Amino acid sequence: MNNTISGQSKSKRAAGETLTSKLIRIILMLLFDAGSVWFIQSALALGFDQLIIIISIITIMLNLIYVLPKAYPFRWMGIGLSFLILFTIYPIIFTIYVAFTNYGDGHLLTKEQAIPLIQKATYLPEEGKSYSWTAFKADSGEYALWLVNDNGESFLGKPGVEILPAQPGDPGIGEADSKGIPTTIEGYKRLNTLIAATDKELPNIKFGLEGDQTIQIRSPNEAAELQIRYIYDPELDTFTDQSNGDIYYNVNGTWTARNGKAIRPGFRATIGFKNFIDFTTSPAIRGPLVQILTWNFIFPTFSVLSTFALGLAIAIMFNDREFPLKKIIRSLLLIPYTIPGLISIIMWRGLLNSEFGVVNRWLVDWFNWAPPWMTDAFWAKVAILIVNLWLGYPYFMLISSGALQSIPADIYEAATIDGATGWQKFRNITLPLLLVAVGPLLIASYVFNFNNFNLIYLFISGGPPIVGASTQAGHTDILISYVYKLAFESGGRGVQYGLASAISIIVFFIVGTITLLQYRFTNMWEEVSENV
Amino acid sequence: MSNIGQTYQNLRSSQKFQKRFSIAVRLVVALLLIYFSIFPVLWIISASFNSSQSLATQTLIPDRASLINYQRLFGADPNYKFGDLYFQKWIFNSVKVASISTILSLTITTMAAYAFSRLRFAGRIAMLKGLLLIQVFPNLLALVAIYVLVFQFGEIIPQLGLNTHAGLILVYLGGSMGINIWLMKGYLDTIPRAIDESGMVDGASHFQIFSQLLLPLLRPILIVIGILSFIGTYSDFLMARILLNDVNKYTLMVGLQIFTAGQFDQKWGVFAAGALLGALPIMIIYLILQDQIVGGLTTGAVKG
Repeated sequence: MNNTISGQSKSKRAAGETLTSKLIRIILMLLFDAGSVWFIQSALALGFDQLIIIISIITIMLNLIYVLPKAYPFRWMGIGLSFLILFTIYPIIFTIYVAFTNYGDGHLLTKEQAIPLIQKATYLPEEGKSYSWTAFKADSGEYALWLVNDNGESFLGKPGVEILPAQPGDPGIGEADSKGIPTTIEGYKRLNTLIAATDKELPNIKFGLEGDQTIQIRSPNEAAELQIRYIYDPELDTFTDQSNGDIYYNVNGTWTARNGKAIRPGFRATIGFKNFIDFTTSPAIRGPLVQILTWNFIFPTFSVLSTFALGLAIAIMFNDREFPLKKIIRSLLLIPYTIPGLISIIMWRGLLNSEFGVVNRWLVDWFNWAPPWMTDAFWAKVAILIVNLWLGYPYFMLISSGALQSIPADIYEAATIDGATGWQKFRNITLPLLLVAVGPLLIASYVFNFNNFNLIYLFISGGPPIVGASTQAGHTDILISYVYKLAFESGGRGVQYGLASAISIIVFFIVGTITLLQYRFTNMWEEVSENV
Repeated sequence: MSNIGQTYQNLRSSQKFQKRFSIAVRLVVALLLIYFSIFPVLWIISASFNSSQSLATQTLIPDRASLINYQRLFGADPNYKFGDLYFQKWIFNSVKVASISTILSLTITTMAAYAFSRLRFAGRIAMLKGLLLIQVFPNLLALVAIYVLVFQFGEIIPQLGLNTHAGLILVYLGGSMGINIWLMKGYLDTIPRAIDESGMVDGASHFQIFSQLLLPLLRPILIVIGILSFIGTYSDFLMARILLNDVNKYTLMVGLQIFTAGQFDQKWGVFAAGALLGALPIMIIYLILQDQIVGGLTTGAVKG
């Protein structure tokens, strides 16, 4: 302890730094602060509230660390701490927050962004100011509309252009026919009434400038001005549909009418425990989730047991100094471990291909039958366990052979003298002593497999799909692959960040509990205290 | 007397026989296991040299061996069209991303470990424990949050946003203040403080002690952590898959995965060639540095 550099001498050391390095430090800090202020301003304009908070926290922290002499030790980890906060701690907090929101497709916007979007929606009223119309079409396929209102005033309308009064004989507009309608408009050809009336595109085109005045064709002889459809009432937080008088109330971030109709888009809103309650109440979510959760416990259990058993068996078998070719055998058995997991998994996906795969061609040759690895729920699970056995046994082979060598040989000699059989020696000496060393690694391996996204997703994409699920759930999906599908692979059902995050929280709890148990098991905390 | 000697002889020879028999049996088992462990690799090697693309027509010894799949991989076969193939680019991207994140993360880790090992300050133990606690939450689970975070970053600074390597590297660096600090600190603790003191007597600053006296001594652990971290980043799939969406920005793992889309069994040959080239460097590193890596692996795993 007395060898340790004490806190005081260290801050003295910091204070005694050269003037140049002090100057550089201050200048860098000021530059960083300037950048940070600019960043926060930009984020403010975009409405990224959470990001602003976290960047402010990091900026303040870094200023304290690099300005206060007392904070000297933290200067060694300032950047690391910033990354830790920004990319590890903040995402965890953000995940917890999102789990209590409806964030996802249809709810991606903030309320402030959603309201103006909805206010842009228009409808074509059954009654009201109307025009008679004549259509013109350009060679490029664009339309123009000659409009005459009840007072006989005429206008020219083009999509995306302001509607302006016009007279036959104006520049670019030809002479009037007997009804007062121009025969030609420059660049356009006049459509005869029959063609115009049967034109499929015409009734869908909005003429005029969006947000200003737009006109749409209502019937073969009438066009009318489009009206704003939804009027927002900020006090009641409701929208009123002008076309039929329906009132839409804000329900969990979606404006919904009494009859259940909803306006899209909704907005991002906190919805309390709804995502979690949905797990237990919504049959379309609960069904797959129970199935996924069950498999999520079975899969790592069998994986850890099988890989450990095979790895240990190999380690025991070759735990013999005189065994010939030991080194080469070990290297060859290690090969599955040395290949990047993704490559191995995709490789197995090909080898176990039900129709063309090598394995099934053999099996068919020998037994006239081969399991449908990719399409049957049961055989898919078996295939996953086989592949994971291949991927995982070398790790336990390495670990176990290391641990076996640390068991003193005289214990076995004593047991032999007492007349113990081989099995008894294994059961009462090898296994208990081994488990002390390997036990924590078994738990670590369990946790790893609990979230073994790559295997499940790359081998079989969680398939085959569960029929009748409201989300893209598959029979071999584990929670993490399910989360991924909900968030990034909606398959037309809409991404559901809120639901995905709620499931993440559940996994946090499960994995967290297991890992904390492991820490206790390995006396990690005591180790920390000893090292002080 | 001779009788007893005889029995002893018999016993010894039978023991010898038993021993030989047991070794023979174990060699047979070893052969079976070795077959289990390498047959997928043999098939991949064979497929990569087979001029037939299709999975259905593969044989262990290719009928028509050629380098056509490798040529296709590098775009040297004008007749072969697999639109999204940028193999050289993917390898380059992977090596780039993995090298940069490894070097930066080693820097962060080593400096933080120095503070934890050599300096005494309030909150030191709490922070060490905290680092362990954070490991409880795999950052894999916060993927939605990380995606949104990088997206928002990109709205402000496009060079750090989605579909950029810089954004991906930043996310990887978020994991560098982790279990590796424990490993590094543990190693630093074994280096005698007398070395620091000798430097201090000569008036060296903390940074000089760290960079000139201690860093050279840290070489072995730097190599182990560096290699493991390189391999980890090189092999990562999920983060890269979420954050990158431009085919020529893909890392190798994301790129290889797109082979499985659509008619995988028809692209088997080219995939095999790509898989082999992608796996080979890592396999060589592992087999050469077996013992060091295993050492680091067990310590690392025990610690977390």
